[in-house]
Amino acid sequence: MEFPRARGVGVSLLLLTAIVFPLIVDNPYLVSVVVTAYVTAIAVYGLDVMLGYTGQLSLAQGGFFGVGGYTAGILMASYDVSFWIALPVAVAMTSALGYLIGLAALRTRGDYFAIFTLAVGVMIVIIIERWEDVTGGTDGLIGVPAPSGVGPLQFDSLTAQYYLILFFLVVTIYVVWSLMDSLVGRTFVAVRNSEELARAVGIDAGRTHQLAFVLSAALAGLGGVLYAVFLGYIGPAMGGVQMTFMMLVYLMIGGVASLAGPLLGTLLVTGLMQVLQAFAEYQMMALGPILVVVIIFFPHGLAGLAGHAKRLFQRRGG
Amino acid sequence: MTLFLQQFVNGIALGSVYSLVALGLTLVYGVLKVPNFAHGALYMAGAYVTYVMLTSFGASYMVAMAVSIAVLAVLGGSMEWLVFRRLEGKSPVHAMIAALGMLFFMEGTADVIWGPTFRQVPSPFNDVVTLLGVSITEQRILVIVAAVAVMVGLYLLLKRTLVGMSIEAMAQDREGALLVGIDTRRVALLTFAISGVLAAAAGSLIAPLLLVFPNMGELIILKAFVIVILGGMGSVPGAILGGYLLALAETMAGTYVSFAFSELIAFALLVLVLVVRPTGLFEKGV
Repeated sequence: MEFPRARGVGVSLLLLTAIVFPLIVDNPYLVSVVVTAYVTAIAVYGLDVMLGYTGQLSLAQGGFFGVGGYTAGILMASYDVSFWIALPVAVAMTSALGYLIGLAALRTRGDYFAIFTLAVGVMIVIIIERWEDVTGGTDGLIGVPAPSGVGPLQFDSLTAQYYLILFFLVVTIYVVWSLMDSLVGRTFVAVRNSEELARAVGIDAGRTHQLAFVLSAALAGLGGVLYAVFLGYIGPAMGGVQMTFMMLVYLMIGGVASLAGPLLGTLLVTGLMQVLQAFAEYQMMALGPILVVVIIFFPHGLAGLAGHAKRLFQRRGG
Repeated sequence: MTLFLQQFVNGIALGSVYSLVALGLTLVYGVLKVPNFAHGALYMAGAYVTYVMLTSFGASYMVAMAVSIAVLAVLGGSMEWLVFRRLEGKSPVHAMIAALGMLFFMEGTADVIWGPTFRQVPSPFNDVVTLLGVSITEQRILVIVAAVAVMVGLYLLLKRTLVGMSIEAMAQDREGALLVGIDTRRVALLTFAISGVLAAAAGSLIAPLLLVFPNMGELIILKAFVIVILGGMGSVPGAILGGYLLALAETMAGTYVSFAFSELIAFALLVLVLVVRPTGLFEKGV
C-alpha cells in the first residue's frame, strides 16, 4: 500500500491542528478533555489491533489499562520512581501479562476467547480491590506526580503534558499503521479472514495471535500509565469492565479496522459526553442502545460511513 | 460435621441459583451459538422486579415472583426480537458486542431508577428450621425446592412438548430444523423468553438472601459461563451439575480455606479447562 499524496496532506493537516490546538484554545478544561481522549485512544488502538485486525474480541482491555496505570502509579506515588523508568516498566509488565494470559486465552477463539478475557478483566479488578496494602483498595491511590523534566523540558503544565501525550499517541498510530502495512499486518488480516487458509499457506496463526495480543496489551498499558499520570490518581474503576465497554463504544462508533476510527470515535464520544454532562447519569443507559444501533446498522462506524461516501462521490465523479 | 452439613446445605442453595442462571445461558447458546453477556442483567432485573413488587406494591412473595417471571419473559424475548434477530448471519463478534450494549443499558437503567445503593429484599420466610443440628432458613429451603421444580418443569418442556423438542432440534442443527419445517425465529424468541424466566426465577429466589444492586449480575454471569464451559456449551445436564458443583466447591473453600480463595475457584477452573481441554470437559459428541 503506497501512501497517497492526498492522504499525506490530510495527515499533516490533522497533525498541525493537533499541535496548534492548545495554543489557540485558551480553555484548560477543553484541553484536558482532549488529553483524556488521546490517552484512552491509545488503549482503543490496542483493542482495534485485536478486534479489527485479528477478529478476536478481547474484553481484558480495561484490565490491562488498569495494570499499566497501577504499576506506574504505585511505582511513582509509593516508591518515588521516575516517570521515565515507571513507564517502560509498566508497559513491559502489561506486555508480559498479556503474553502469559495469551498462552491460555489464545488456545481458544471467538466466543470462548471473549469469555476468557472477560474473566481476566474481572479478576484484575478483584485483585486490585483486595490487595489493599499496595493498591489502596477501592479508594485507589492519590498523588501520582507529573512526569519529571528531561533536560530543558518540563512537564508540569497542562500544555506540556498535552504535547507529551500527543507524542505517545502519534507514536502509537505510527506503530499500528506501519505494522498493518507490513507483512505481519497482512498475516493478521489473513488469519482473521480464514485461519485455515492462513495456516495452509504457512502462516503460524498461533504466533500471529500472540503477537497481536501482546501489542494490544502493551498499548492498553501505555494508555493506562499516561491516564494515571495525567489524572494524578489511580482507582479500580480504570481497570473495570465498564472501561472496556467504553473503549468498545469508542472503537465501534469510530470504525473498527480503520486507522482513523479509534481516535475519531474516542474524541467524538468523549467530547459529546462532556457537552451532555448534565445528563451524565443517563450515560450508560444511552450508550448501550447506541452501541447496539451502531452494530446493527453501521458495523464499520464513522470511518466506514466516510469510506462509503467517498466511493459514492467517486462513482458519480467518474 | 455439623459445620460441613450446614455449609453443604448453603452450597446446594447457592448451586440452585447458579444452575438456573447457567441453564438460561446454555439454552440460548445452544440455539443462537452466541454467549449472551446480557444474561446477568436479566437476573439482576428479575431481582429488582421482585423487590419493587414487594416494597412498592405490597404484593406477596409468590405474586412478586410470578410478576417478575412474566416481565422477564417479555424482556428476554424482546432482546431476541429487537437485537439478536437483526444480527443473524453476521459475525458472532457483532452479537457479542450487542449483548454487551444491552448489559450496560440494563445496568445503567437500574442505576438511574434505583441508584447504586444495595437494597434489602424482605422475605416472609425467615423462620429457621433445625434438622440434625443444621439450621436452615425457610427461604433457603424455598430456593432449593423451587429451583428443582423449575428444572423439572424445564426438563418436561424440552422432552415432552413440541416446542421443547424444536428447541433441542435447533440446538443440534439449525438448518436441519428449518428444513423439517421448524419456525427457527419463533423458537429463538421462545428460547430467549425461557432464559428470561430462568433468570427471573434465580434472581427472585436469591434476592432475599443477598443484596440487590445494579451490577449484581456481573460476577454470577461469569460463574455461569465457567459452569457452561465446564458442562459443555448447550448442555442442559452439564449446566445443572456444574452449577451445584461450583457452588459446593466455593462454599467449602470459603469455609475451610478462605473467602478470597473461594472467589478465585471459578477463574482457576476456567484456566484449567482452557489448558487441559479448550472445548469443555463434557462437551457432547455430535
